Amino acid sequence: MVQEIVHPLSKYLRSAMMPHIWCPGCGNGIILNSFVQALDELQRDIDKLVVVSGIGCIGRTAGYVNADSFHTTHGRPIAFATGVKLANPELEVVVISGDGDLFAIGGNHFIHAARRNVGIKVICANNFNYGMTGGQQGPTTPLEASTTTTPYGNIEHPFNLVHLAAASGATYVARWTTLHVRRLTQSIKRMLQKEGFCFIDVISPCPEIFGRYNKMPSGLEMMEWFKKASVVENFSDPSKAEITPDKIVVGEFVDAEKVSYERLLHEKIAQINEKWMER
Amino acid sequence: MTKKRALLTGVHFVSGDIACAEGAIAAGCKFFAGYPITPATEIAEHLAERMPEFGRIYIQMEDEIASITAVIGASYAGLKAMTATSGPGFSLMQENIGLAVMTETPCVIVDIMRGGPSTGQPTLPGQQDVMQAKWGSHGDYGIIALAPSSVQEMFDLTIEAFNLSEAYRVPTFLMGDEIVAHMWEKVVIPSVSQLRIVNRKKPHVEPDKYEPFMPEDDLVPSMACFGEGYRFHATGLTHDEYGYPKTQSSEAQSILVKRLCEKISKNADKIIKVEEVMLDDADVVVVAYGIVARSALNAVRRARETGIKAGLLRLITLWPFPEKHVARAAKQAKAIIVPEMNCGQMVREVERAAKETPVRFLSKLGEDPHTPTEILEAIRRGI
Repeated sequence: MVQEIVHPLSKYLRSAMMPHIWCPGCGNGIILNSFVQALDELQRDIDKLVVVSGIGCIGRTAGYVNADSFHTTHGRPIAFATGVKLANPELEVVVISGDGDLFAIGGNHFIHAARRNVGIKVICANNFNYGMTGGQQGPTTPLEASTTTTPYGNIEHPFNLVHLAAASGATYVARWTTLHVRRLTQSIKRMLQKEGFCFIDVISPCPEIFGRYNKMPSGLEMMEWFKKASVVENFSDPSKAEITPDKIVVGEFVDAEKVSYERLLHEKIAQINEKWMER
Repeated sequence: MTKKRALLTGVHFVSGDIACAEGAIAAGCKFFAGYPITPATEIAEHLAERMPEFGRIYIQMEDEIASITAVIGASYAGLKAMTATSGPGFSLMQENIGLAVMTETPCVIVDIMRGGPSTGQPTLPGQQDVMQAKWGSHGDYGIIALAPSSVQEMFDLTIEAFNLSEAYRVPTFLMGDEIVAHMWEKVVIPSVSQLRIVNRKKPHVEPDKYEPFMPEDDLVPSMACFGEGYRFHATGLTHDEYGYPKTQSSEAQSILVKRLCEKISKNADKIIKVEEVMLDDADVVVVAYGIVARSALNAVRRARETGIKAGLLRLITLWPFPEKHVARAAKQAKAIIVPEMNCGQMVREVERAAKETPVRFLSKLGEDPHTPTEILEAIRRGI
């Protein structure tokens, strides 16, 4: 008798949305896998989970997770997630989006949500370019990298996302590559158990576009770069967490305790109402 | 033991901005996100004080783009939500107004119009955003926009805007202007039993049978919210009844976009409100809205005193455009006068509806709306 084999994590995915749109060798599937693995290990109530994505290849993630999910305009998932989290703090609100979405067009929302310490969890698939539109330079494209809009080499300095997140006030900051699947899953679990704004920068391969333009035209070659260059430096200075051809500093950088915006807000509301009751 | 009340039933003397804020509270608005901008700032200031008094949420966001997007998020989390702004902020919101249209998000956007374009005249009135309200975001869609003429209407129409946005799952605009916003007048706030409050339709099927964008007979789908166990998806992409992206299907695009237009156009008779003053025998009809309609009313009365059969058609609903009302008034009128604080916006719609009846446009820009005398002169020239 032939038995249908069901993947133990498939219950977290919307089968109607499959197959996914991602290219062979793309890291987005690894990030999605780590995310649902973390949900499974924590035995989270999926009815209380909201997954929000912006625009880009990774932006389709919201639709792939079988939870309440929303696919926003370009750059706005954090602003949307802020509204959701404040409206119903009981919900676990996770933003999964890309480097261009979160840090170019959406950069303002990122720094302000981190500053306010809104309790949303942000996972960035950082693939150094705009994959969906065909490989243009973005806010994390390394210096001298070749893209369709930097054909002579990139002269813009990239953002160091973990430094930016730490400086903006995030309570949890980590960076892993998609090679570090178990560590990434552990980081997502850690993040999901924290209060306040949390951020994970996931260095993710885009071999079909970024890789082709930069002498790493297969997923394997990009993963080999991650393997060769990655150095775990837990709780080192995030301002020095470089990403160069020779060195990718990964690890956890911030793990702080700070009261979330939504808790302060609701405590304030309670105080105001107590004051009124006393009068 | 006293507790602050959500509804301040009674007679008050307040500004239009404060009346709008109290209208939002009365309507059941539980989430406000905004960004300071003249002449709408007082709405945010008043709500910053009032909302926490009964456990509701106020947040100042980093810009207007974040404000409207947070409002959409809060609405999907189940709360009635609003933002308030003026022209420059309204422009910034347009892309995500399109998101609210596409995801059929009930929400209210208050635009207190000032002089534009660009930074323009922040402390002076204008009616220059009325076409932007209809066409501001890309793509085709229907929306609802209301134009208050008084401080009382800043209260009443804010409630109406919430009711319409909830009934039709559509962003609804309150198109005030600097004068109605900053002017102080008497406002009567009714009791709870006198208020008509509309809430969005909830699904009446089990979660596994729920299709979040399946329209009912009125072309409006029922709305589940996050955390209720329905596990649904919504996207700004063209989608099917399940909310799943259909980016390559001409059929899905046609079905969805036509419905987004028709759920407003086919319900227009239920949505539209106008005020008709002495139209029955009017030879000259003034079509006006907002603060300008008050000058127009005075001009029409003065014209009647001198024996001219003048009437006023005041547009309370700007969008969907009350074209049947304009057509009816135009049928017997010899002339239509349209005074606006812009270079000619709603007058284009009036011309379309008026057919052969000549339409004269009166433009006014800057500090003051048209005086009654200016409109009266136009009425005299019209006959």
